[in-house]
Amino acid sequence: MIRFDHVTVTYPDAPTPTLRDVDLTIPAGELCVVIGATGSGKSTLLGAINGLVPHFTGGVVRGRVTVDGRDTRTHPPRELADVVGVVTQDPLAGCVTDTLEEELAYGMEQLAIAPAVMRKRVEETLDLLGLAELRHRPLHHLSAGQLQRVAIGAVLTAHPTVLVLDEPTSALDPTGAEEVLATITRLVHDLGVTVVIAEHRLERVVQYADSILYVPGDGTVEYGQPDQILARAVVAPPIVELGRLAGWTPLPLSVRDARRRAAQLTAELVDVVAPPAVAQPMEQRSAVLRGRGLVVRYGDVAAVRNVDIELASGEVVALMGRNGAGKSSLLWALQGSGVRDGGRVDVGGRDPAGLGPGDARRLVGLVPHTPSDLLYLDTVGDELARADAESTAAQGQSRTALDRLAPGIFDDTHPRDLSEGQRLALVLAVQLAAAPQVVLLDEPTRGLDYRAKHELGFILREIAAAGRAVIVSTHDVEFVAATAHRVVVMAEGEIVADGETATVIISSPAFAPQVAKILAPRPWLTVDQLRVAGVFPHGAPCTTVDATP
Amino acid sequence: MTSAAARRLPRIVHPVAWWIWAIGLAAAASRTTNPLLLVLVLAVAGVVVAARRTEAPWARAFKVYLLVGLVVIAFRVGFRVVLGGDLGADEHVLFTIPHVPLPGFMAGVQLGGAVSAENVVSASYDGLRLATLLCCIGAANTLANPKRALRVLPAALYELGVTITVAITVAPQLVESVQRVRRARKLRGDTARGRRAVRAIAMPVLHDALDRSFQLAAAMDSRGYGRSGAVPPRVRRLTVALLLAGLVGLCLGGYGLLDASTPWLLGVPTLTAGVALAAAGLILGGRRIRRSRYRPDPWAFPEWCTALCGVAAATAAVVAGARNASALNPSIFPLAWPTLPALPTAAILCALLPAWLTPPPPTAAPSSVRHDHPTRTPERAGAHA
Repeated sequence: MIRFDHVTVTYPDAPTPTLRDVDLTIPAGELCVVIGATGSGKSTLLGAINGLVPHFTGGVVRGRVTVDGRDTRTHPPRELADVVGVVTQDPLAGCVTDTLEEELAYGMEQLAIAPAVMRKRVEETLDLLGLAELRHRPLHHLSAGQLQRVAIGAVLTAHPTVLVLDEPTSALDPTGAEEVLATITRLVHDLGVTVVIAEHRLERVVQYADSILYVPGDGTVEYGQPDQILARAVVAPPIVELGRLAGWTPLPLSVRDARRRAAQLTAELVDVVAPPAVAQPMEQRSAVLRGRGLVVRYGDVAAVRNVDIELASGEVVALMGRNGAGKSSLLWALQGSGVRDGGRVDVGGRDPAGLGPGDARRLVGLVPHTPSDLLYLDTVGDELARADAESTAAQGQSRTALDRLAPGIFDDTHPRDLSEGQRLALVLAVQLAAAPQVVLLDEPTRGLDYRAKHELGFILREIAAAGRAVIVSTHDVEFVAATAHRVVVMAEGEIVADGETATVIISSPAFAPQVAKILAPRPWLTVDQLRVAGVFPHGAPCTTVDATP
Repeated sequence: MTSAAARRLPRIVHPVAWWIWAIGLAAAASRTTNPLLLVLVLAVAGVVVAARRTEAPWARAFKVYLLVGLVVIAFRVGFRVVLGGDLGADEHVLFTIPHVPLPGFMAGVQLGGAVSAENVVSASYDGLRLATLLCCIGAANTLANPKRALRVLPAALYELGVTITVAITVAPQLVESVQRVRRARKLRGDTARGRRAVRAIAMPVLHDALDRSFQLAAAMDSRGYGRSGAVPPRVRRLTVALLLAGLVGLCLGGYGLLDASTPWLLGVPTLTAGVALAAAGLILGGRRIRRSRYRPDPWAFPEWCTALCGVAAATAAVVAGARNASALNPSIFPLAWPTLPALPTAAILCALLPAWLTPPPPTAAPSSVRHDHPTRTPERAGAHA
């Protein structure tokens, strides 16, 4: 169905090709997952399938990409629209019309499909995706999960034989992501669509994959069976790490398979006390932030309803909840720059909302949802110098912070050329220059690969260990399990759960991390815990229980 | 045959019908300085907008057009007061402002001096006419969804279509970007004003806008916008040339029709030539562009009525102007109270009919199924960055 014939892609000004001599065939009806670190060339590979590379991105393509017999060299994306459907990371960015129904029909109109057929297909797609009751809604009123389903539906109505999805779930909460992925697998099973999907959070998709395309980042591409590729890929979900550690072959990829393999392991763990997933903060803790009766309203909608929250020094708190639950609003209200209609916040006896922006950020620092909003200068060096000047810190202080967070970023680099993770580190360094007591991060894990997330977790724990308090809002359960001491769950503007990480995330099936699901009812959260506990001293399953924490 | 009941079912009226109606009203307004007639045009536009606008965001803009109209009148009068000029013998002096002597090379321009009632009245008539024209166009914009109107644009103008769609989609998002970035600036403690603040806000916003425009254009292309199939480039170029020439003709002709002082050749003949050229381009382009419409807005009885009412208003104004120009342009020297001439009044009132003859706009989904996400919460605002 999709054929790459010795394809090499080189962007202008790039010293080496992004993809080198890629030669593979993806057969029809397959669900193929593309994995690899950030910036390894995943998006280039996906873009090449429908001709966006090079027709829209520029660059030189050698070799030949054919989809359903059509050569992308002679067919620009619009001529492939009836064969390939493309869904991007940000569904709203690709919406051309105003309402759901028109959006579903747009692609068909361009393909000149007869009006009667269009009416029928729109109705069918509304049912297939469970969107019927939202049909007349303006797109701006839909939630992120609904929008992503609309985006998938909008390309499906044209009945493409190939569906290309570039990180379709990265902005979604766990439940929204489940919905979208369930839709995709249903398409593969019922309609026989060939799906190529790139995803950072492999724990969500890898169990559905028929094959995996691994892009290590050096220009080469490996293509093969999921368990074979994952046995050696650098990026791996927790389930695969557990399988590798336990020496299971073939690697189980779904929680169900892993549970069956883990029956013996679960039995052996009865007497083993799980070490803490995150090193506990120091003994003498004091409250650094106290929020009482916080209220945030937008028009008639209350985004935050009478929330009380308290933070102690040295702790990392994860803020979870579905899209639109009020997490961002709460963070902005705590920082003092955002809307706050009621309640007060006490940081060392002062309320940041009553202070000027310069003083407020010395109490509470916030890294917003789009960190690049804070960057406007041409080089990293200039940004750091400005940060020092803004916070009247000693010269070079933010440079030191950045080097600790993400070493190897040069002064003359343009901030836009940094990777997602590096840009986040730069903004964090800028905010840390003011030495705030409390650091808030709004969904920093979006678009980060496993390594970057691992590093971010390490950084946050270090910041906390220095006696500060950290709140991080995120949808990523695995990240929470490995990073946070405490979890606060919000719904409809209220706090519905607040407690130790293990207690909160194990108690709900939607939120539990993979290791917890596999080893239930034992309270283990991460593979690292098993490693620390020495459950597998030689990298093989143990037969006797002699390990104690 | 559609029954009368079916005709009354709520639906969207064809955007082109509203545009013809509005341009007709504007053409009528452009032929007169009679304040009574102009206020009547404004009232008619206001009533129809109030009766037939949808709940969409752009439909709340009529108020803005009215405000801009007031500003236009104020400017017009203000300038005339300051740059008064010499007074005639029997003009009525209202008041005198200090006279500023200007250097010799600016002879003919007079700054300050006596202000006459005639001057102020004439300026306010002119301003009112401009404001009315503006509000007529505003009414069309309010009543017709700009994106639906754009669907009428032939696909042969591929690049133009992409540009306009991107512009009208991304422009409103810019406002949101500016708000987001300004708020984010506070996080950095930067309270700078002036040039640096502009740079600090403009850089992220423009980067953002560029990214979004690019993504939208790529999405339109991936979904098949502007598919041409196998067409020789020569035919494609000819189509584009014909359509562009036609559009220029339409614009010039429209201008000629609205401005009574232009040579007659610029009016109806240019407009006709423009229509002919555009039609030729559409036919040539339509032969190769294969596109279909999902639930197209029908052109039925209400559309004919709406368009005809607009045309009638314009025609009546032109005819009345030819027969008795003084009624349309009340005397300033000497000052006289304007009267309401019968024929133009009837014609303008006729443009009120669409408020009843068109079906009502569809209402949004019933509130019972609406579990709203506020569009302006930080989370939503950031979700499409």
